[in-house]
Amino acid sequence: MTVEFVVFVCAAAMVLLGAVGVIVRNHPVHAALSLVLTLFGVAVLFVAQEAHFLAAVQVIVYAGAIVVLFLFVIMLLGVDRSENLQIEPISVQRPLAAIVGAGTLAMILLAVVQARDAVRTDSGLGLDDATVTGDPDSNIRQIARDLFSNHVFAFELVSVLLVVAVVATVLLSRRPDKLGAVDSGTSGSSKVSGGVR
Amino acid sequence: MLALDPLLLGDLDLGDVLVVLLKVVVVFVIGLVATMLMVWFERKTISGMQNRIGPNKAGPWGLLQTLADGTKLFFKEDLIPERSDRFVFKLAPYLSFVPAFLVWAVIPLGGDFTGDKQGIVTWFGRETRVQLADPQMGVLLLLALSSIAVYGIMLAGWASGSKYPLLGSVRASAQMVSYEAALGMSIGAVLLLAGTLSTSGIVDSQDGITNWHLVSTGVLPFVIFLIAATAELNRPPFDLVEAEQELVGGFNTEYSSIRFALFFLAEFMNTITMSAVIVTLFFGGPQPLTIDIGGLQWDGDLYLGPLNGTIWFFLKLLVFLYVYVWFRATLPRLRYDQLMNLGWKLLIPASLAWFMLLAAFKLGQDQGWNRVVVGAVGLTVIGVGVALLSAAIKVSARNREREGAMF
Repeated sequence: MTVEFVVFVCAAAMVLLGAVGVIVRNHPVHAALSLVLTLFGVAVLFVAQEAHFLAAVQVIVYAGAIVVLFLFVIMLLGVDRSENLQIEPISVQRPLAAIVGAGTLAMILLAVVQARDAVRTDSGLGLDDATVTGDPDSNIRQIARDLFSNHVFAFELVSVLLVVAVVATVLLSRRPDKLGAVDSGTSGSSKVSGGVR
Repeated sequence: MLALDPLLLGDLDLGDVLVVLLKVVVVFVIGLVATMLMVWFERKTISGMQNRIGPNKAGPWGLLQTLADGTKLFFKEDLIPERSDRFVFKLAPYLSFVPAFLVWAVIPLGGDFTGDKQGIVTWFGRETRVQLADPQMGVLLLLALSSIAVYGIMLAGWASGSKYPLLGSVRASAQMVSYEAALGMSIGAVLLLAGTLSTSGIVDSQDGITNWHLVSTGVLPFVIFLIAATAELNRPPFDLVEAEQELVGGFNTEYSSIRFALFFLAEFMNTITMSAVIVTLFFGGPQPLTIDIGGLQWDGDLYLGPLNGTIWFFLKLLVFLYVYVWFRATLPRLRYDQLMNLGWKLLIPASLAWFMLLAAFKLGQDQGWNRVVVGAVGLTVIGVGVALLSAAIKVSARNREREGAMF
């Protein structure tokens, strides 16, 4: 039993425990914390695969920014109390969820069984050697070269998408009465339209 | 290859493990003792600046005051508010305490960086570095851990089940998340010139005062880093987290006894680690201050042999610890909108612009472009950007006033 195996088992247990926790904890904050556990487990798996940069980014971006944002919203909206599972707003929801869940599981299992032989074990499109001996920063260097040369177009597109999302969020979060005034073009529009633009 | 420490390369034997264990204990003890002394140092210095005496009863010059306070807190009754979320309430102090200590592990605390030695020393016949861990992610670990520290404060305020702590924690996390961007961007300027993420590599790239990243990145990243780090630490003048006039005690209002002590320790430990990070990134860490002006030459040797680097490191560290105390004693607290304006409208654009300028110079150097042309084009682009940004800010301020600002 190698060290790598022990690390994998521990990290996988963290990931699964967190994933189950997200679903079964009936308190939103606890569910969000379980998600953090999962993200940490994935970061540990990245380190075990010598993807140090990905591990750091996983913690900085997902655990450090995204889940913090989740918690922020939960706390600010005041939905931070336990869900009462007795109340069922949509009656067909649960049977439907069960069917979809079972279907998805079956599909994933089928895909794994079918495609088991198709998974490449030789070096594919990824990094051949995450860490070249003698160059401690080879990991980040290789990722950067790949990202900014082979995938630069997709990278730029994603950044445009993010800017569009930010602008849209700002526009949506403006007070609706002002927006309505712009749309209908009423007498106050000249005053307000400048504000929206 | 998990670390860059020559000790951990190849097969491990019992001796290697013992050396690592020794390092763990030594680094942990140094951290704790330094925190204890920092609390004393801060109280004593502030009392000096405010013309009073400060702690002077426990031990010589009141040195053991922190120990006495800690012992008291340890034996106090452990209160948990009835409306609190018990599990998260107990978890939160550790989430803030543990990251504070983990950052300390990647700081090079000493070592011989002269010549080609790259900070490697020989202990018990084994080559190693004078730092607990030297992971490849290096400085990124600092950013990761400071984003984990947000959880400690955020969850502490929320789990208390009371309004003031919640307000304090929401403020704190908004502030810490906002300033993290400027912090990361000014670290980026250093990484650009050092060409490596590893902390020992960054120190190694700073031999001689002109190669200190303070000078080579052009001072601005250091200024931004110092401001952003102060905000990240929630220290004055950015201590809106515990603005006592508004929030009673901020996120830790409901905490008492040993749990409060953990927050308190974490705060001071963070001050020390952040100062250590500043020294590592911008001031050459354990590299000695060499002087070579005209006939006056000094290679910074303090005649202490292997301790030379460590003494230099702690001397530089002490300067920044003093600076933080000085900030606290002299600067008034910012208003919340001033804090956010400073972070988003000044520090982030400034650090981004400076980073791009440095990158342009670096590219120009590689391609053999004329430096003056690169500088002129870069400054013009920055000028246009500044004009656009200030126009946008002016327009938004005018509109907000016309619509009747709600906050």
